[in-house]
Amino acid sequence: MADLTTTVAGVRWRNPLWLASGIWGESGESLRGAYEAGAGAVITKSIGSGPRPGYPNPTVEPLGPVGMLNALGLPNPGIEEYPREIEKAVSAGVPVIGSIFGGSANEFTALARAMSRTGVRAIELNLSCPHAEGFGTEVGSDPHLVERIVRRVRAATTLPVIAKLTPNTSDPGALARAAERGGANAVSAINTVRGLAIEPELRRPVLAHGIGGLSGPAIKPVGLACVWQIYEAIDLPIVGIGGISTATDVVEYLLAGASAVEIGTAVAQDGIEVFGTVAKALSDWMDRHGVGELAELIGAAHPGRRAKRGSPRRTRSVASHRRRRVSVVRGRSPPAML
Amino acid sequence: MRSVVPVDERVAETPSTATLRFDYPPTAEPGQFVMVWLPGDDELPMSLSYVEGPQKGITVKAMGESSARLVRLRPPDRLGVRGPYGRGFDLSPRRILVVGGGSGAAVLAPAAEAAARAGALVDVALGATTREELLFYERFRAMGARLFPATDDGSFGYRGYVSDVARERLGSESYQAVWTCGPELMMRKVLEEAERRSVASFGSVERVMKCALGMCDACALGPFHVCRDGPVLPGRRLLDLEEFGRAFRNASGRLTPFEVRRAPSGRTGRDRGPGR
Repeated sequence: MADLTTTVAGVRWRNPLWLASGIWGESGESLRGAYEAGAGAVITKSIGSGPRPGYPNPTVEPLGPVGMLNALGLPNPGIEEYPREIEKAVSAGVPVIGSIFGGSANEFTALARAMSRTGVRAIELNLSCPHAEGFGTEVGSDPHLVERIVRRVRAATTLPVIAKLTPNTSDPGALARAAERGGANAVSAINTVRGLAIEPELRRPVLAHGIGGLSGPAIKPVGLACVWQIYEAIDLPIVGIGGISTATDVVEYLLAGASAVEIGTAVAQDGIEVFGTVAKALSDWMDRHGVGELAELIGAAHPGRRAKRGSPRRTRSVASHRRRRVSVVRGRSPPAML
Repeated sequence: MRSVVPVDERVAETPSTATLRFDYPPTAEPGQFVMVWLPGDDELPMSLSYVEGPQKGITVKAMGESSARLVRLRPPDRLGVRGPYGRGFDLSPRRILVVGGGSGAAVLAPAAEAAARAGALVDVALGATTREELLFYERFRAMGARLFPATDDGSFGYRGYVSDVARERLGSESYQAVWTCGPELMMRKVLEEAERRSVASFGSVERVMKCALGMCDACALGPFHVCRDGPVLPGRRLLDLEEFGRAFRNASGRLTPFEVRRAPSGRTGRDRGPGR
């Protein structure tokens, strides 16, 4: 039986398959349900300063096997209300990662402080929603702003900070370097890819908001390319996202440089059972290929990894995690096994 | 995967409800719902009131701004339709008590029709504010069901709650299943009574819907996602949920108490729930 544990942002997780933000994350019962279905960690809906109903329907356009387009518009009950949902999951022992979104470094900082008191194990910064005015990509495509937000959040919490980056940029590596300079413990990529659906009979966009975000199998190559470029650019662990629904998808992301992945749209297609199914299939794949642990796969597709940065990178990378954990995640005991 | 179709026919069912028929060939089961888009406006979850053949139907009651606009559509106005989604009724019981409040009869009628055609004996407790608001009274009668009407104002049948009629029925005869749809407080009472008498019970539940694909969590109800696990859910499971009959998640995801309108007008009128 292969070892599926993975260490990201100084924390050891039971497996690398995480519930992506925005999926099943509105209620504590759902977060718990996703963990019980086999997820290694569950990420909340992106939570903002106050309640937000999101955009009117239609908010989702199914695109068949290709995936789907959505512009939900960051609906969430707000940081004052939401901790009671987190509590339902945390009290059941579920490792929850709190996702937050803000329009400025100040707002992110206040949200990070509040989120840190909820029992979550890490914070993911949504710097990448492609369809919310004043949020997401609008703040997350400027490397200076990314660096500033991450630095402020880093100083405001003792929890590991994961910066979720956008693919809607010409240089994902530059954003990742900015997050690294700001002190992020990991980066996740990608969020949805900006997209539009038009109804020809009616000569109008389908989604009420017009522009939306594309997710699902269609964006896997985009996600892989971003993870690839980010791996070349920084030393932090990477959480890969985009079009993952099978164990081989996961292996591809690991080979491109991811230490864990997030699964979202596949839940619509395959149900929440996708986590258990993929975990089992990943373990089988590793057994069949004589792979004992995930570290053997992470970044292994990069030419010259072994020559250029192969094991030295891994050593450096582990050392840097350790440094960061000691310096930033102050007073925490060695990574808990989740 | 959405179709844009014209409304073929509009039938005024009661002063506040109308049926819209449209061509939508995908196979559907009684109890399933579709997402109906008013182009340029909202998209609403609507249980199918006609499921058989290529021409489907929805029966709409004006409950909020969007449903008020939907109920006014006329041929050849166009609709966007996707689905059907969710789980419907188990049609196997042979002795069924159907309990409908207000527009809840819309989802019960096609299920009762299919069961009756397959040989089930169907009794229908049908409630509304007043006589002319009783939905699908003739349709239930045409399928051979026995009817037990209730109106708030006593203008037809029993004067009072349809849940009281259901309790009386459950005390008088033995049923294999109870199906209900209507205001959630009413459903809670009906399901409690059925379960107390060990009769398998099922309720069709309404929640805010966005994706309808089991993904966005807008319709989370306890451990269920109404769009995928429901909308028809077993009473036994629903009654375990503190929030059932008491609260729903609004568009922001916040648990919000049902605002129950004061009796008598609110007796069988909808709680101000997720309907838009």
